[in-house]
Amino acid sequence: MAIAEISLPAWVTFKKTLLHAGEFSLFFFRFLRESFKPPFEGREFLIQCYKAGNKSLPLVGVTSFIMGLVLTLQTRPSLATFGAVSLLPGMVSVSVIKEIGPVITAVICAGKISSRIGAELGSMKVTEQIDAMEVSAINPFHYLVVTRVWATTCMLPVLVVFADCIALFSSFLAYNIHGDISLTRFFSLALSRLDWIDIFPSVIKSILFGTAIGIIGCYKGFRVEGGTASVGTAANSAVVTASLAIFFIDLVTVQITDIF
Amino acid sequence: METTVPVVEIRGLRKTFNQVEILKGIDLCIDKAENLVVLGKSGSGKSTLIKCMIGLSEPDGGSICIMGQNIAEASYDQLNQLRIKIGFLFQSGALYDSMSVKENLAFPLRHHKKHLGKDKINQLIREVLENVGLPDAGDKMPAELSGGMNKRIGLARTLILKPSIMLYDEPTTGLDTATAKEISQLILDMQRKYKISSLIITHDINCARMTADRIVMLNDGIIVAEGTYDELIKSKDEWVSSFFN
Repeated sequence: MAIAEISLPAWVTFKKTLLHAGEFSLFFFRFLRESFKPPFEGREFLIQCYKAGNKSLPLVGVTSFIMGLVLTLQTRPSLATFGAVSLLPGMVSVSVIKEIGPVITAVICAGKISSRIGAELGSMKVTEQIDAMEVSAINPFHYLVVTRVWATTCMLPVLVVFADCIALFSSFLAYNIHGDISLTRFFSLALSRLDWIDIFPSVIKSILFGTAIGIIGCYKGFRVEGGTASVGTAANSAVVTASLAIFFIDLVTVQITDIF
Repeated sequence: METTVPVVEIRGLRKTFNQVEILKGIDLCIDKAENLVVLGKSGSGKSTLIKCMIGLSEPDGGSICIMGQNIAEASYDQLNQLRIKIGFLFQSGALYDSMSVKENLAFPLRHHKKHLGKDKINQLIREVLENVGLPDAGDKMPAELSGGMNKRIGLARTLILKPSIMLYDEPTTGLDTATAKEISQLILDMQRKYKISSLIITHDINCARMTADRIVMLNDGIIVAEGTYDELIKSKDEWVSSFFN
């Protein structure tokens, strides 16, 4: 009896998870299929690029500035113990460009962009705006989902490059609190530790993070049913799922890129 | 003797939600330039009927033929071709809240009338705004509009594509008596001006009286009475007379 009581809810949860995974896969394949179908909504795509990219710049900028500053200030004493302070720019650049930059930027964007998309599409669903589009013979999936997912996919790598630059610059400022190094020398030391093969996984990761953020936001928004309360739930769920997906993608891509 | 082919022909329409039968075999026709009102209490299946007609909900049985095209057999592209000829006014107006009124009206034109230039689009917007009595609302955002204005703009957005059929989902719900009367008059004016066939879903007797050429009464998923307003008001049926009194 006790085993049945415990196992029944677990089985129901497992079945629900499988069902969601199936629905999400269908949603993703529909996105891939519709991506290459005309008409191409160029205007809406550019609007979404502006919203995802330009409007995230201040938040990404401030966060990456603090990230570079803190990383440098905290690592410097440890390196100084071994007399290896000159390795600091290289260490910061490898950490920021290979891992911290893409992951922190993606997590911030999951909070900012994925929740915005989830809430926006969710409220459009409950106020029948998506149905209005459908009955006007305009494919809402094509107009709303395809444009948003491509926008986040294209904008995230740009935001990551921006975040990396800001973090390295703030690292340079932090380095100069206790030391004296020119900007050219700092960047030359920082980039000397990097190879093209180090940048490649970071770019791939950023693209995948962007796609995950966009598609999860859209999926959660499109699945909203009922009243306005479910819009908040969808936005919240979009952030949580997108953040988890980012760490999962990070784990997988590290394993794959390590092979090469 | 002249016979008219119905613009909309529904036969044996059935729809079930969560094992509850909402529509239990509906038969109805709408003739060209006719205003048909479907009257019924909340939960009688009126909105389900209209959603099945536009393809937002898939029927479980029966057929819906609109302008000779069976909705159930139509492909997505064929359905979309048909939807361009059908206007649908939502209960809430369903204006796109991220766009201004002008952008809301230009949106269907930009997708379906790509050959139109900017000047022609602006001219059509001006025309349709004048028709619904809001010539100066173009630059407003949907959040700045009242309930009645919202419905007028919703109507303008559907009329801009010059549909042959209009479907109205509770057009006067949530409006004060005076505004509801204005909307009913507008529906009538549009039908007279453009010779549009209309299906009006409502539980507002005044709206039905003003707009209907014919009334169909729906109760618990079945049609219980049919006739003109004057015929139904004299009905001896208890349920029908309870509605009119």
